[in-house]
Amino acid sequence: MSRPAGTASAPAPGRSRRRSRGWIATVPLLAFVAIVFGAPLVVLLGGTFVRQGQITGENLAESLQGAYLTALIGSVKLSATVAGLGTVIGTFLAQAIVASRLREAVLTASGVLANFGGVPLAFAWIATLGNSGVVTRVLGLGEHGWSLYNFWGLTLVYLYFSVPLMVLVITPALDGLRPQWREAALNNGASAWQFWRYVGVPVLTPSLLGGVVLLFGSAFAAYATAAAMVGTTVPLVTLQIANALTGNVLIGHENVALALSLDMIVVAGLVMAVYLPLQRRSARWLR
Amino acid sequence: MTAPTTGAAGDVTTGAAAGARVEFRGLYRRFGDTVALDGLDLTVEPGELLALLGPSGCGKTTALRCVAGFEHPDEGAVLVDGRDITGVPANRRDAGMVFQSYSLFPNLNARDNVAFGLRVRKVAAAKRHARAQELLELVGLPSVGERYPHQLSGGQQQRVALARALALEPRVLLLDEPLSALDAKVRVTLREEIRRLQLSLGITTIFVTHDQEEALSIADRVAVLRAGRLEQVTDPATLYDRPATPFVAEFVGTMNHIPGTASGDRVTVLGRALPVDGPAVHGNVDVLVRPEAVILTPASDGTATVVASSFRGSTARLRVELADGSELLADVPGHDSVRLAPGVRVSVTLVDRPVLVSEPRVSAGA
Ligand SMILES: Nc1ncnc2c1ncn2[C@@H]1O[C@H](COP(=O)(O)OP(=O)(O)OP(=O)(O)O)[C@@H](O)[C@H]1O
Ligand SMILES: [Mg+2]
Repeated sequence: MSRPAGTASAPAPGRSRRRSRGWIATVPLLAFVAIVFGAPLVVLLGGTFVRQGQITGENLAESLQGAYLTALIGSVKLSATVAGLGTVIGTFLAQAIVASRLREAVLTASGVLANFGGVPLAFAWIATLGNSGVVTRVLGLGEHGWSLYNFWGLTLVYLYFSVPLMVLVITPALDGLRPQWREAALNNGASAWQFWRYVGVPVLTPSLLGGVVLLFGSAFAAYATAAAMVGTTVPLVTLQIANALTGNVLIGHENVALALSLDMIVVAGLVMAVYLPLQRRSARWLR
Repeated sequence: MTAPTTGAAGDVTTGAAAGARVEFRGLYRRFGDTVALDGLDLTVEPGELLALLGPSGCGKTTALRCVAGFEHPDEGAVLVDGRDITGVPANRRDAGMVFQSYSLFPNLNARDNVAFGLRVRKVAAAKRHARAQELLELVGLPSVGERYPHQLSGGQQQRVALARALALEPRVLLLDEPLSALDAKVRVTLREEIRRLQLSLGITTIFVTHDQEEALSIADRVAVLRAGRLEQVTDPATLYDRPATPFVAEFVGTMNHIPGTASGDRVTVLGRALPVDGPAVHGNVDVLVRPEAVILTPASDGTATVVASSFRGSTARLRVELADGSELLADVPGHDSVRLAPGVRVSVTLVDRPVLVSEPRVSAGA
């Protein structure tokens, strides 16, 4: 610091005192967060490591074996597929409508569809493309081996709310791309593709990453739609947790559900551990 | 120097083989019901700096974008060195463009912004960085290469944009109000630097502006547009002294409209007969007079009164009310503003030189 002491020291104490008081205002919020998020986590952690009154790692070990492990991997695969496809399709769709007359209509529809889920969504698809669904019968899809009740069927149904969600997330970012940037790129001899490669996509990347994480999370946590559609034919961790909660486990193994929940939290944590550095790197130019 | 309207190439291309000739041939462009360009004919000589001047919405930007290839005329053509480029895609035209504002790529630092065109052309990194650094030095920013656009001031951003526009050594430079988002002081410095750079590179430059002072101060020639047509194109001094039409007279500088009576080549105005600049006319006319061509003399029996005065340093602009209640503006030397204070009675005459006349303004009444 090369500042003269006189000018620097005068305002400093006042400012630091004010800052320390301002911090107090966040205490109620932090307390709320601690209770609402912290308490369940404590219970979860506690329960995970207890079996029949004994402290043990057996629940956790069991949650990472056999059908449970298959379900966990299945959930990750489904969520990653939905997140990947949803991000790509949603971004292209948003780009297609962002400057068109359909913009308002598509955004409004997206607002509704992004919140469409659970049993009603499952029923809508079953009635349309299920084994005896309208479209299945009219087009005779059954004879071509069509089934909605497998991994790709579920992916399709999840995309139904994921793509609109992506459209909502990415549209403001697309609005932020100034027309001058594209024109300046053309003016410097770039093709449209080169504009996207060097400018468009890098500028969008922080938003795209955010979208991927959001889509992954919403697919990972989804339960009711899958339960109504596939029962247990597609292994998913949320279905296994529900199963365990409804008593469908060996006596004494109830806390495996808690261990599975902990597994989910760890997966979410790993996703964030990958996401945050990427996000920071891609948004370098913003700081 | 009074260059003819079509301008001889010789007097503006000193040391300039680098610039191309740009021709607008009958450019016509319509947006729905709006006619943005209505048969624009204009030639920009190699190496010259031409200012496109006109009120908002007169088609300046549209004309410029037709050269850049971002806009396509419904009719007519743009020629560069005699070659019709109307069908050439924007990314294969030989013209660098500087936009009004915020056109730098936000995800690239200043150096990579400038080097963008070279990167697209697959020039090796070391070579393009060296070239970018050279260009940044050329625009007076040798040490901002690592900074991102949001870390630069508005003036610095426009300098970087200028360097980027010059990176591919285009033969035409297009500037669309590049200074309008900057504050007054930066605007003046930067426009002088643009001019200096343009002269040293000899690059043909079209500078769009709606600021007449800006146009007059840096351009070789000024083209005044009105509703998509060319109103007049000539050098700044001629444009100011001998505007070809009342519209130009009105738009460039300040003009008084003083009622007079014309008979042939002379017009009687404020009790004095002056030669008419232009074809012979008869009857009631408006005589167009610059404020600096009005002479005020304090006189107790004067028929006019000073009603307002604004001091501007070397000059003062006075508002004077004539006997018939009409008003005119007069510029006087700054030190005269004391004896010509508001309330002082004055007599009004005009400098004895040819004057422009126009149809009487409807609002002027009888
Ligand atoms: N893409 C467009 N769609 C519809 N109308 C347009 C478009 N571009 C220009 N216009 C219209 O064409 C006319 C000329 O526009 P232009 O931008 O060339 O004017 P300008 O002289 O650059 O004005 P300004 O000084 O305000 O920038 C205006 O009336 C404008 O509204
Ligand atoms: Mg414009």
